[in-house]
Amino acid sequence: MHPAYSIIIFTAASGAGYGQVIALALAALAGRPADGAVLSGFIAAFCLVGAGLLASTFHLGRPGRAWRAFSQWRTSWLSREALLALATYAIAGGFAWAWLAHPAGDPLLVGLALAAAVAAALTVVCTAMIYASLKPIPAWRNGWVVPVYLALGLASGAAWLAVLDHLFGVGGPFIGRLTAAALAVAIALKLAYWRHIDAPRDGPTPETATGLGALGQVRLLDAPHTAANFVMKEMGYRIAREHGQALRRLALWGGLAPALALTGLATLGADAMTASAALLAAVLTSVGVTIERWLFFAEARHAAMLYYGTTYV
Amino acid sequence: MTDLPSLPPAKRLGLVIDLDTCVGCHACAINCKEWNAGGAATMSDLKPYDRAPDGVWFNRVHGFEVGAGASGRTVYFPRSCLHCEDAACVTVCPTGASFKREEDGIVLVDEDLCIGCKLCSWACPYGAREYDLDAGVMRKCTLCVDRIYDQALDERDRVPACVRTCPASARHFGDLGDPSSDVSRLVAERGGYDLMPEMGYGPTNKYLPPRPRRDGSADGGTAALEPSGAPEGKFLQWVDRLFTR
Repeated sequence: MHPAYSIIIFTAASGAGYGQVIALALAALAGRPADGAVLSGFIAAFCLVGAGLLASTFHLGRPGRAWRAFSQWRTSWLSREALLALATYAIAGGFAWAWLAHPAGDPLLVGLALAAAVAAALTVVCTAMIYASLKPIPAWRNGWVVPVYLALGLASGAAWLAVLDHLFGVGGPFIGRLTAAALAVAIALKLAYWRHIDAPRDGPTPETATGLGALGQVRLLDAPHTAANFVMKEMGYRIAREHGQALRRLALWGGLAPALALTGLATLGADAMTASAALLAAVLTSVGVTIERWLFFAEARHAAMLYYGTTYV
Repeated sequence: MTDLPSLPPAKRLGLVIDLDTCVGCHACAINCKEWNAGGAATMSDLKPYDRAPDGVWFNRVHGFEVGAGASGRTVYFPRSCLHCEDAACVTVCPTGASFKREEDGIVLVDEDLCIGCKLCSWACPYGAREYDLDAGVMRKCTLCVDRIYDQALDERDRVPACVRTCPASARHFGDLGDPSSDVSRLVAERGGYDLMPEMGYGPTNKYLPPRPRRDGSADGGTAALEPSGAPEGKFLQWVDRLFTR
């Protein structure tokens, strides 16, 4: 699949924003009082989600009609995601107000924090389900896609909240530990996803795509056109296995794993050194997520390519 | 609304494509483009004289080599929307632009609602939907819904453009939900099949497999065309044996 930058920016940025909402909710439920870092965190979350949604409109042919995307929630994960994104904005806004206006443990604050976390998580689930629900893309048809989106969203969002905490000198190690836990889980899930998609699978073949298997092996002899068309450009992007492996290693060892180590270090104190560690950890997490998301699309193959010479999907 | 129709459509209009007769001439693809691009509708046609032209075609004709050696054959394979029963391209659409008609099962794009998000093309395993760069919307085979019901046209023209123009009579149109229709009988006689049935989309269009060779041989009698090593005639064969001892 062609990795469109608008979609990569959208899923990475909005994932981080929703991760921040979840992390803030957990901090509120743990009894943290609202402070400057919390307020900045909400602003960052709303900006990240907003930037992500705006980026996603660059993928549209007719963005002026994008408001219509709220209507088909009964059948479309994309529509459900649009509605939940709106709902999360509203609920998270209410949660932010409740945190500023009420003490810890207040039932309204607790209720809104939980609701905000659930709404944010469900929105990320819908985003991931847009991809995981597509039958023609076997690499996405597994139970790893949704948890990976959630874990990486939480990790990348919480990582930047930790930076804010260091900046304001508040919050303690809670957010840092949450980031580390999310990163560890995300790395484990991502490795499982990669192992799953590397294993041979029984998918459609050129023989089943053309129905000519009874006559023998099917090979493309004459392409239908001499230049690439939309379907080939959108679904035909392939990355060589070695390059994919190299980028996986970069995402892991150049991004997520060092971020995990630095996050651990950053929780050990509250000085300039740990603040720098937290900042570097956040940057590396975002870099790792971006590479991972790019690979998520580039390493996926589409069944329609079976008509264009691909033999394995 | 992008719910699929709750009841099965009254008619299941679709195409039957005969892979035995198709010669790969592309007349169907070209007539389709002419019919759909000629009037109010557009089908983008970008840089047509350049090195990398691009544009929307509803029908694309592939050529496959099937099998190997003497029993191998070339099969020309037109590919267009199959108007599936369980069309995921309809259910994934976030705006309701993609829909399946209740009266005849034709899957269409309402181009006034489409936002060009391309998700329907990702949901189609057959690559039937293409994005029109000029219009910013998704486009696909309409089963010539603007021809088949048009009373102003001659009766024999009230079939899809691709069916009308095929010089090899490799394309057939009709109600595949009616077991007594010509197309249904054709499918039953020739063993018409679904493409990629494991996807579970329930395509309406059926493909007819290439027929076995008339003389029953796997290689079509081409073995007789191979030059034999020995010369013709008993005398010369004796001479040949003499000199090969």
